[in-house]
Amino acid sequence: MAEEKKIVLEAKGITKQFPGVLANDHVDFDLREGEVHALLGENGAGKSTLMNILYGLYKSDSGEIKVNGEVMHLSSPKDAIHHGIGMVHQHFMLIPVFSVTENIMLGAETDHRAIQSDAALTRLDRKEVAKKVSQLSDQYGFKIDPEAIIGDLPVGVQQRVEIVKALYRKASILILDEPTAVLTPQEADDLFRIVRELKQRGVSIIFITHKLKEVLAVADRITVMRGGKVVGSAEPATTTEQQLATMMVGREVLLTVDKDEAKPTNEVLQVENLHVRDQRGLETVRGISFHVRAGEVLGIAGVQGNGQTELAEALTGLRAVESGKISLGEKDLTGKSPRAYTETGMAHIPEDRQKHGLILSYTIADNLILCDYYKLPFSKNYVLQQGAVDENARRLIQEYDVRTPSPYVSAGKLSGGNQQKVIVARELSRQVKLIIANQPTRGLDVGSIEYIHKEIIQMRDQGVAVLLISAELDEIMALSDRIAVMYRGEIVTTVEGGKVSREQLGLWMAGAHPEKI
Amino acid sequence: MDWRRFSFIALIIAVLFGTVVLIGMSTESPILIIGSMMATTIAVATPLTLGALSGVFCERSGVVNIGIEGMMLSAAFFGWLASIYMSSIFKFSLAPSLIVGLISAILAGGLFALLHAVLSITYKVDQIIGGTVINILAVGVTGFLNRQLFFDKNSIFGGQVPHAPGVLPVIHLPVKEVLEGLCGLFGSSPECIVTADAIGKVFDQKPIAIAAIVLVALSHYVLFNTRWGLRTRAVGEHPKAADTVGINVVWMRYANVVIGGMLAGLGGAYFTLESVPSFEPLMTNGRGFISLAAMIFGNWTPFGAWAASLVFGASQALQINLQFFRTSIPPEWAFFQNSYAVGQIPYILTMIILTGIIGKTTAPAADGTPYEK
Repeated sequence: MAEEKKIVLEAKGITKQFPGVLANDHVDFDLREGEVHALLGENGAGKSTLMNILYGLYKSDSGEIKVNGEVMHLSSPKDAIHHGIGMVHQHFMLIPVFSVTENIMLGAETDHRAIQSDAALTRLDRKEVAKKVSQLSDQYGFKIDPEAIIGDLPVGVQQRVEIVKALYRKASILILDEPTAVLTPQEADDLFRIVRELKQRGVSIIFITHKLKEVLAVADRITVMRGGKVVGSAEPATTTEQQLATMMVGREVLLTVDKDEAKPTNEVLQVENLHVRDQRGLETVRGISFHVRAGEVLGIAGVQGNGQTELAEALTGLRAVESGKISLGEKDLTGKSPRAYTETGMAHIPEDRQKHGLILSYTIADNLILCDYYKLPFSKNYVLQQGAVDENARRLIQEYDVRTPSPYVSAGKLSGGNQQKVIVARELSRQVKLIIANQPTRGLDVGSIEYIHKEIIQMRDQGVAVLLISAELDEIMALSDRIAVMYRGEIVTTVEGGKVSREQLGLWMAGAHPEKI
Repeated sequence: MDWRRFSFIALIIAVLFGTVVLIGMSTESPILIIGSMMATTIAVATPLTLGALSGVFCERSGVVNIGIEGMMLSAAFFGWLASIYMSSIFKFSLAPSLIVGLISAILAGGLFALLHAVLSITYKVDQIIGGTVINILAVGVTGFLNRQLFFDKNSIFGGQVPHAPGVLPVIHLPVKEVLEGLCGLFGSSPECIVTADAIGKVFDQKPIAIAAIVLVALSHYVLFNTRWGLRTRAVGEHPKAADTVGINVVWMRYANVVIGGMLAGLGGAYFTLESVPSFEPLMTNGRGFISLAAMIFGNWTPFGAWAASLVFGASQALQINLQFFRTSIPPEWAFFQNSYAVGQIPYILTMIILTGIIGKTTAPAADGTPYEK
C-alpha cells in the first residue's frame, strides 16, 4: 500500500476472559478507510469474540476502542451502530417470519424520517421504508423484493438483506463474520463482487474467515489470530496459502491430501435404479445406480439440493425407498431399519452433525456408544456397564484426539471440529465395510479438515469402501478415486478422479450434458 | 385466520345457537333468542378474550404464560376486596368503590405477572413451572385471605361477608331506540320491532365487556402497526437478532408480561365486579386455561383469539339460555340441560382445538426460551 489511508477503527490491548478461556489476549487491530482487512483464524481463535466486542455485544475486560480517532465506550450494539459500525453475523440476525422491510427497519423504525421519534406507539411506515430499501438495494444491483418474507429467501439473498440492513443504518465500517460459510461457490463469488463494490464506495470492511483462498481473493491486508492472540499479519501479494495456514494452525499443515493409488477389490455397496421422495413428496432421487468397491472413495459431486440429502438418508435406512435396490456386501438391505445397516457394517457421518450425528445434551461417553449401546460389552442383561462405557470413551478420545476436559462433558459444549471427531470416532472405531460421509468437513477449520481427510484415506487403504458426498469441489477432487456428478436427482456421469478438471466438473454440476468422457 | 379455523368457529357457533333456537322456538321468537344468545356470548366471552389477549402479549414477546388462571383469580379477589373495603369500611358510594376495585384488580394481575417475569426472565426458571407457581400461589393466597377476612370473627369485617356494593352497570347504547325509529318509518311492523329489540340487546353490554372488544382492536393495532409491536414480536421470534439492532430484550419482555398480567387482571375483575358481586374460592374455574386454548387456536393474534373466545362464550351461553326453556325440553333429553352435561362443552372444545386437527398453528419461535447472550 503506497498511500497510508486514515485509520477509521482501532482496537488496542483488547482482553476478554470467559470462564475457562482467555478468548482475547491483548489484541491489537486496526482498520483503514476503504480497505478490506481480513481476520484469519481457526474456530475458537477469538475472531468472533473480538468482533462482538467491537460491535458492543460483549464488554472487554480491558483495552480501548477508537472510532475515527475518538475513544469509544461501547455498551450495546446501539452505540456501535451510532458510530457507523455494522455487522453481518455468521448466523444471520434476521427474523424469518418478518418481511425484508420489517427486518431492516427493526430497531431503526423512524430513521427514514426527518425528525426521529422515541414514542413506543409510533406507527410503522412500511411503504416509506420499503422505498428506501429498494433504492439502496438497486444502488448495489441487489435484486431484493422489500415485501418478501425472509424465510422464503435463499441464504445468499438473506445475506444481502443483512448488508442492506447495515447500509440503511449508514454503516461506514462493515464487519462480515464468516460470510461464505453458508454460501455456494457461485454465491461466494457474488459476495466478493459486492465486497469490492462496497469498498469502492468508501465502506471499510473487516472480513472474518478461516478459508485461505478467500483471504487471498478479497483482502488488502491480513491479520492472523490463534488462541486469542494476534500471531502475525501479511499482505496477499507477498504471502501464500501455505504460509497463512502455518501461521493460523501453528504448525505445518498439509493442504493437499497425500494418498497412493487406490487398490479397489470387490463391490461392497450396490445401488440399483433407486427412487426416493423427500418429505414434501417430490421425487428427488430419480433412478440412480452405482456401486462402491472396497478400497476406493467414490465422490458424489453436486450443488446442494440435487437429491444428495435424500440419497444419503435412503442409503442409511433413514428414509423409505420408493423403488430400487440397495445391497451391502451381497445382502439386500432395501427397506431395512438403520440398525440393520449399522450391523451389516455401515458407518454414517451425517450431513448435520448437531441434529443427526450427536445427541447434544448427552455426554461424549454416551454419544460414543450410540451404535452399540445394546450389545456387549456396553450392555449386560439390559443394564449399561459404566466401566466399559468409560473405558471406551477414554480410549477413543485419545485415539481420535478429541479435545475435551473430560468424557462427561455434554457434546453440545464441544467445538464443531471436536464434535465431528466424536462422530468419526464412534463410526469408524467399529468393524465397518462402508463409510457414508455426507459433507464431513462442512464448517470445520483447516486443522480438523486435514484430520478428517487423513482418517478417510486411511480407512480406504485398509480396504473400506467410502462414499463421499460433498458440495465442496476441492474436497471431492482431493479425496475421490472416482467421481459421480449428481444433478436433479440423477447421476449425470461418473469419471476417474484426477482425470477431470475443476471447470469441467463445475459445468456438469450446473447441468451441462457430458457428450464424451 | 385461515378458512378452516374460521369455518370451524362459524360451524360450532351455528350449532350452539341452532340448538337453543330449536328448543326455544315454541315459546319465543327465534330472532329474540338469537339476540339474547349473542348478548350472553359476548358477555361471558369477556374474561376469555382478555385472558387470551394477555397470552398474546406474553407469548409474542417470548414468555409462555400458563399463569393467566392465577392472575385472573387473584385479580378477581383483590378487585372485589378493594371494592368492598371502600364501600363497607370507608363508606364510599358504588361508583368510586367499583373504580378502585377495577384498578386494584388490574394492579393485582400486573403484580402477579411481574413475579412471573422475575422468575422466567431474570432467573430463567422453566416458564411452565413459573406459571404453575403463579397458579398455586393465587389459589393459596386468595383462599387463605378469603377465610381470614370473612370467616374469622376478629377480622376487620367481623367474620362475615359485608354487603357488596353491586356490579358495574350496563352501558345502554341507544341502538334499540334508533332502530325502532327506523321501523316507524316503515309502518312499525311487529317483526321489525322484535328485530330492533333483539339487536338492541346485543349492544347492551357492561363496561369490561366493551373494553375487551376495544382492547382486541387496539392490541391488533399495537402488535402489527407500531414500533412497540414490531419490537415485541422480534423479541419473541429471535431475541438475539433484536439485541444486535439495539433492542433491550429483557425490558421488552418484562413490559409485555406485565401488560399481559394487567389484561388478565381486567379479565379477573369481570368475575367479581361485573358478573356477580361476590367472590368464591377457585371461581375462575379453568377460564385462564381455556383462554390459552383460545389464544393458540387464534394463532397468537388478537382477532383470532377473540373469535375463538366467542366459541367458548357461545357454549357457555347455551347453558345459560337453556335454563329459560327448561319446560320445552322433552323429558328424555332432560339430562342435556343438566349443567354437568352442557357445562362440559367448553372443555371438550378445548381438547379438540388443542389436538391441532383443525389446522396447525405456529407459536413465536422463541416462545418459552430464556434469552442468553
